[in-house]
Amino acid sequence: MSAKGPDSMKGLTIFIGDIRNCKSKEAEVKRIQKELSNIRGKFKTDKGLEGYQKKKYVCKLLFIFLLGTEIDIGYQEAINLLSSVKYSEKHIGYLFITVLGTPTPEMERSVLQAIRNDLRSRISINVSLALQAVANIGSELMAQDLGHEIPQILMNRSMDDFVRQNAALSWLKLIRVQPALFSGAIEENGAQLGQLINDKNLGVVTSALGLLQEMAIHNPEPIKGAVGHAISRLSKLVQGQPNEFEDYGYHFVVAPWLTVKLIRFLQYFSPPEDTLIRSRLNEALDSILNKVQEPPQSKKIYHSNAKNAILFEAIYLIIHLEYEHAFMIRACNHIGSFMQHKEANLRYLTIEVMVLLGASEICHGAVVKHLETVLTTLKTDRDISIRQRCADLLYSMCDHENAENIISELLSYLEKADYAIREELVLKIAILAERFAVDFLWYVNSILNLIRVGGDFVSEEVWHRVIQIVINREDIQGYAAKLCFEALQAPACHETMLKVGGYILGEFGNNIAGDPRSSPYIQFRLLHSKFLLCSHDTRAILLSTYMKFMNLFPELRPTIQAEMSKKNQIRNANVELQQRAVEYLSLSRIGNDALLGKVLEEMPPFPEKESSLMAMLRKKAPSVPLHKEDKIASAGSSGDLQRHVNPSPQPVPSTLLETASKRSPPASSTPVVQSAALLELGNSVNGNAPLSELILAPNLDGSEPGNIDDVKKDFLLKNNGVLFENDLIQIGVKSEFTNRIGKLNIFFGNKSNSQLNNFEVAIIMSSDTSQALQITPQSNPPSTIASGAQEQQVLQIECLGSFRTPPSLDVTFLLAGGSNKYTLYIPVFLSKFLESTQMSQDNFFARWKLLAGDKESQRIFPATKKIDKSIVCNVLSSFGLAVLPDIDPNVSNYVSAGIVQIKDAPSGVLLRLEPNEVTNMYRLTIRSSKGSVSETLQFLLTDQF
Amino acid sequence: MIEFMLLFSRQGKLRLQRWYSALPVKEKKKIIRELIAIILTRKSKMCNFLEYRDKKIVYRRYASLFFCCAIDKEDNELLALEIIHRFVELLDKFFGSVCELDVIFNFEKAYFMLDELLLGGIVQETSKSHVLKAIQCQEMMADDAETRTHAVLEELGFS
Repeated sequence: MSAKGPDSMKGLTIFIGDIRNCKSKEAEVKRIQKELSNIRGKFKTDKGLEGYQKKKYVCKLLFIFLLGTEIDIGYQEAINLLSSVKYSEKHIGYLFITVLGTPTPEMERSVLQAIRNDLRSRISINVSLALQAVANIGSELMAQDLGHEIPQILMNRSMDDFVRQNAALSWLKLIRVQPALFSGAIEENGAQLGQLINDKNLGVVTSALGLLQEMAIHNPEPIKGAVGHAISRLSKLVQGQPNEFEDYGYHFVVAPWLTVKLIRFLQYFSPPEDTLIRSRLNEALDSILNKVQEPPQSKKIYHSNAKNAILFEAIYLIIHLEYEHAFMIRACNHIGSFMQHKEANLRYLTIEVMVLLGASEICHGAVVKHLETVLTTLKTDRDISIRQRCADLLYSMCDHENAENIISELLSYLEKADYAIREELVLKIAILAERFAVDFLWYVNSILNLIRVGGDFVSEEVWHRVIQIVINREDIQGYAAKLCFEALQAPACHETMLKVGGYILGEFGNNIAGDPRSSPYIQFRLLHSKFLLCSHDTRAILLSTYMKFMNLFPELRPTIQAEMSKKNQIRNANVELQQRAVEYLSLSRIGNDALLGKVLEEMPPFPEKESSLMAMLRKKAPSVPLHKEDKIASAGSSGDLQRHVNPSPQPVPSTLLETASKRSPPASSTPVVQSAALLELGNSVNGNAPLSELILAPNLDGSEPGNIDDVKKDFLLKNNGVLFENDLIQIGVKSEFTNRIGKLNIFFGNKSNSQLNNFEVAIIMSSDTSQALQITPQSNPPSTIASGAQEQQVLQIECLGSFRTPPSLDVTFLLAGGSNKYTLYIPVFLSKFLESTQMSQDNFFARWKLLAGDKESQRIFPATKKIDKSIVCNVLSSFGLAVLPDIDPNVSNYVSAGIVQIKDAPSGVLLRLEPNEVTNMYRLTIRSSKGSVSETLQFLLTDQF
Repeated sequence: MIEFMLLFSRQGKLRLQRWYSALPVKEKKKIIRELIAIILTRKSKMCNFLEYRDKKIVYRRYASLFFCCAIDKEDNELLALEIIHRFVELLDKFFGSVCELDVIFNFEKAYFMLDELLLGGIVQETSKSHVLKAIQCQEMMADDAETRTHAVLEELGFS
């Protein structure tokens, strides 16, 4: 084929040639400017420019744009070309518009008009151009304007295949732009869309799978019928011979792109329940794993790449399915040999997938076998991409056996690691050290090492955490003080080390004061020798340390008072530092030792929660949905942490938590110490509240959205109310439930005096709840809330199954520089989907008998209120059940019935409540067509009377 | 999904760019500059993938020309690498032993070819013969004799 078709443009070729001949950048710029002014002149003076001329100039402009010069002309001319009758002109017009875009809304409208005309053209190839433009531009306007036409083109089988392929992908783009617009159409055509997988043209199937995958991301439900089709298509492809699918072979591999798309598509769904389909899938996976062992049909890298691409995707699917352990082990063994493969790509991908396998219980052992290889690779591989992955893998394969080894290797890697990943690496090391700490001396040692090596990359969370742990563990305080003291003696020590050292010595310096080498005075001199070299934040901490020294070491009092009364302290230009110096000085001069001792006493233990480091890590490395990374996160939340680092043997009064969050000293009974500076680890210099945040910030997994009983009390029988309120924010809920659908309006009212920024709302569900509820936000949460204003978010909730724990809501925002986070239950209970039904006596008892056994849930509990008929009836009907009179022979008993509207499986519920006035107890019995429903309703209803 | 496809020379000159998501021009320029700098310094034995922002970059060098695309982290890296190769195979077939100059002087053709292979950043058609047929058909259309093209279309099975 020749590149010089009849439409080739001589002027363009000459121009490009000229540019190439330019000897210098300046000459090039000059030539471009000359051309631009020439084109500008042509466009201005010659209104009747021929189509060919326009095309040529537009092409030149495109080339100039490629060279990096911004273009401000030619848009109108390109738009004119869109309606040219000559295909080549139209084509160039579309190319220009899709590469450069449209600068004004009027132009956007003209483009849209041209696209609309071409979409309705009788010439397929014009329709195709219009569709391609939609796929490449995909604006909201297009979604609204063309959104209904494009799906029709796709579903119209009389259209040319290539047009339908274009239509599939342009629809995909529009869904991406405006997902809500299409949910109805997708729901309606779900089955038909799934059928696209069976199309005889593999090109159509390839494109359609792109679309189906996008749909699955938004809502897999309507197209879940496609899973069966996908599996049977997959099994035909992987078991077929290359020559069977001639056009779609790629270096002796059958349709690798399509195969991988099919495998990927399946990862959006839960494993098929139908045993036949499942065994078909297993066969397909089996033959993929087998094929890897066959001798290669070609020595070319393209062949093995395509084959391995399928293998890796299959492994991700196997990990996703989780059910076939044998497959997982096989996969793990298969790729184990790639760990030292000469192809860097394979090493990279293998390590990447091993990160996931290492996090699974089943394969952990098989992955850990490669520890030595991974360590060597980390140290010797010349490729930074691979070294980074190795660090991830070490994090994932770390366990009690190898933790010490891995952490010391990571620490030495840290010293030469790429700057971009150091912070994350520091965090990971900190987490590993905490999770696998065998003893706390080792832990403190490792973290102080980390601070020494990591320096700038040690985030506040990391060093706050080590201080917390030291405060909570009496047995390591002396050791920690000694280590800090030693670390501070290094000629160059990082400021973070100084912060930690200052804090620890201020609290526990007395433990090492007996040693003449670290006498109180020496400790003070050591810290103070660095005072002037450090930032205000650190100085603030050191001032507090000095103050604590006055209490720990009365003999230092005159020295410290002399220091604090220096002009550069009490007249410091920095308000915070000045305030500390002045207040501390006057506190020390009150002369009441008992008072001083009380104010400056040791920090009480911190209430122990799960490490906030995990949450931090997840923020650093946000998990990708579905695939790969999310499993790391869930693996990270294993119970190790609680088991090994739970240093709060004594129960901590809950008020402590509040005390800490308000950051006033634990015993601040004196009015003098209003500044609360003593407790401050961090920098109130810039108004942050890092420490309190650290304690209060609930971890993503470990977060507890308060007590479930509280939310039950307020919302079980009511749909509206205030969910949460403090001085900053009020969160209210209004909800409505009809059948299996609930609509929730959540109101956020800003009660503070400033704007709430970076406002974010995340919905969190336990894995059970996420199977049972489908929550679709109907609107975006506000990103900011002005002072005094109220904003709302609307959620639609659909009931798909029985669930016990309500979903929860993570609300985060920034206020005056400090971040706030609240985790709250969303008041949705299974009973909200309960609808009452009437029933006759015979009917009731017939069903009652039918539902005996494990479908019953019974409980006896004391009455919380006076046993009173109207109260009971009220509770039952608010709960969603009809109170049926004249059914139970015993008139003092209550009988009720209802239906829980679960999608596809509504579940009938019968209830019997027997009060015993003598003992003041109730017996509650619930039977339903599902044991879990009875159980849950019983749990909800108990204690409500 | 592929976020963009870039072609640039060993000297760091951009030869082709196709963006599948809307970004400000400034941002695009920054990405192009950074990626060219990173990739040109990588050694040939290193792997073809690298992490960049929240994306994964997949690239391969053919003679004096680098092909580079950005994919989502969960996308299949090896196949992204091979889609680049498929693109090169198509260019090769079309131009007949393609070289950098072909791409420079016929950049619009390279765009057309890429648009058949990928659309909106998604793989659309991987069959070499189907893509070439489509391009051939466009070439015929360019002959602009309306009546003739219809005949050609029918001949090619496109009408």
